[in-house]
Amino acid sequence: MRRQKSALPGFGLALGFTLTYLGLVVLLPLSTIFARSAGLGWGAFWETVTSPRVLASYRLSFMASFVAAAVNSVFGVLVAWVLVRYKFPGRRLMDALVDLPFALPTAVAGIALTTLYAPTGWMGSRLAPLGIQVAYAPLGVMLALTFIGLPFVVRTVQPVLQDMEADIEEAAASLGASRGQIFLKVLLPMLGPAILTGFALAFARAIGEYGSVVFISGNMPMKTEIAPLLIMTKLEQFDYAGATGIAVVMLVASFALLLAINVLQWLGRRQAAG
Amino acid sequence: MTAATTESALVRWCLIAAALAFMGLFLVLPLASVFAEALAKGWAAYGREMVTPDALAAIRLTLLAAAIAVPLNLVFGIAAAWAIAKFSFPGRNLLITLIDLPFAVSPVISGMIYVLLFGTQGWLGPWLEAHDITIIFAVPGIVLATIFVTFPFVARELIPLMEAQGTEDEEAAVVLGATGWQAFWRVTLPNIRWGVLYGVILCNARAMGEFGAVSVVSGHIRGVTNTMPLHVEILYNEYNFVGAFAVASLLALLALVTLVAKTLVEWRLQR
Repeated sequence: MRRQKSALPGFGLALGFTLTYLGLVVLLPLSTIFARSAGLGWGAFWETVTSPRVLASYRLSFMASFVAAAVNSVFGVLVAWVLVRYKFPGRRLMDALVDLPFALPTAVAGIALTTLYAPTGWMGSRLAPLGIQVAYAPLGVMLALTFIGLPFVVRTVQPVLQDMEADIEEAAASLGASRGQIFLKVLLPMLGPAILTGFALAFARAIGEYGSVVFISGNMPMKTEIAPLLIMTKLEQFDYAGATGIAVVMLVASFALLLAINVLQWLGRRQAAG
Repeated sequence: MTAATTESALVRWCLIAAALAFMGLFLVLPLASVFAEALAKGWAAYGREMVTPDALAAIRLTLLAAAIAVPLNLVFGIAAAWAIAKFSFPGRNLLITLIDLPFAVSPVISGMIYVLLFGTQGWLGPWLEAHDITIIFAVPGIVLATIFVTFPFVARELIPLMEAQGTEDEEAAVVLGATGWQAFWRVTLPNIRWGVLYGVILCNARAMGEFGAVSVVSGHIRGVTNTMPLHVEILYNEYNFVGAFAVASLLALLALVTLVAKTLVEWRLQR
């Protein structure tokens, strides 16, 4: 493959600048993590990442992220459906508001949710008599991660719903299918790749999330301590080897997810084309 | 849409109500609580907390970090989009994936890599110390971490936009005798101006709101290395809730302005 498109100048300059800046700002700093962990040696690395406290933090991070992404998949499809299919007052406002978690700094979301759901808070005081503790418990972590992951599924499903032709639904209806059957057997399979992509994006974002979680989680080791927080704690103790070990595992998980997302999006495009 | 392809009014309104309830509980309620808490002790207390020297210093540092990070990533985004969208070359898709990398990295790790690079125990630490340069626990570290987390925003808006626009306009300009720079300034830039603005809005919101990455490199020195989100954290941990939510309300306002600006630009882009 040669570069064919072009009578235009500026390729060398633009690509040269792009690669230099990418290398200096992203690739070189990121490589320090892998270099450091290689210096750690396999034994020390393994010991770090399999210590009970680290394992507990991974378990919480992955479990809470999974639950939050699953909740967002269900409600994300609902919100996207309502926004695309129905006309009602306030629809435009609702559409714009979906992106709030992208725009609102995570620390602000964190203190707002904590204040609301603390045992003395507006929501927390209502839930406490029912025996439900949200803040300073794993449920609080899931709540915060649901907040920050909310836009992903909506924004991946919305355009697919918009582009869907009515004739498939009409055909199914004329063959006697009910609305429920049409949704489950016709629409849902077509939305599948988009929902999965949104789920994976929300999940990937949630695993690394820090700001919105640290306030509400209470940060008890073994119980409500997420992996990014444990990295922070180790850095504050100048335990760079420990922090690096935890970070490498998280980076590998993130990159695997990124790869999965790319494959899903490719599948989605192929489905749209075919 | 015919009766066969839509739901009964009852189902419709139930679904709308469920969606509104979900959004109200998860989005509107937390947002409203920021302002309610900030004003819990009245406007006077709110105003006082906003103009403390530490709060003002935090606002200044946040503006400074954004003022450096956004233009740099803007220039990068335009250069990257020019190379990727207007030309085809081997490794193009890999490059697009690499540009998106900072989005896949946890904010804490984004800050940590600069500590490993420039901290006292880092690769360049001894050299920096010998030359009396401080990056970590100082303003340069905060700026670097901000650049990293906002790196992809402009590029990922512009690449698909410039790809869709093709190269004919610029080629025509060059054939008519324009230099590359002239074609860029007079043809490309007017074509992509709304996309540029869109990317800048998102980039700026993240730059001003970033917490995890700057938290690692900041060292939390009041009045010196605290950005607005870090200042919110300190006040909150000191149980100064009015102060924390007062500064937080500024950030929440920024988020609302971002959403409005973004929506307006989206309408423009769709036309």
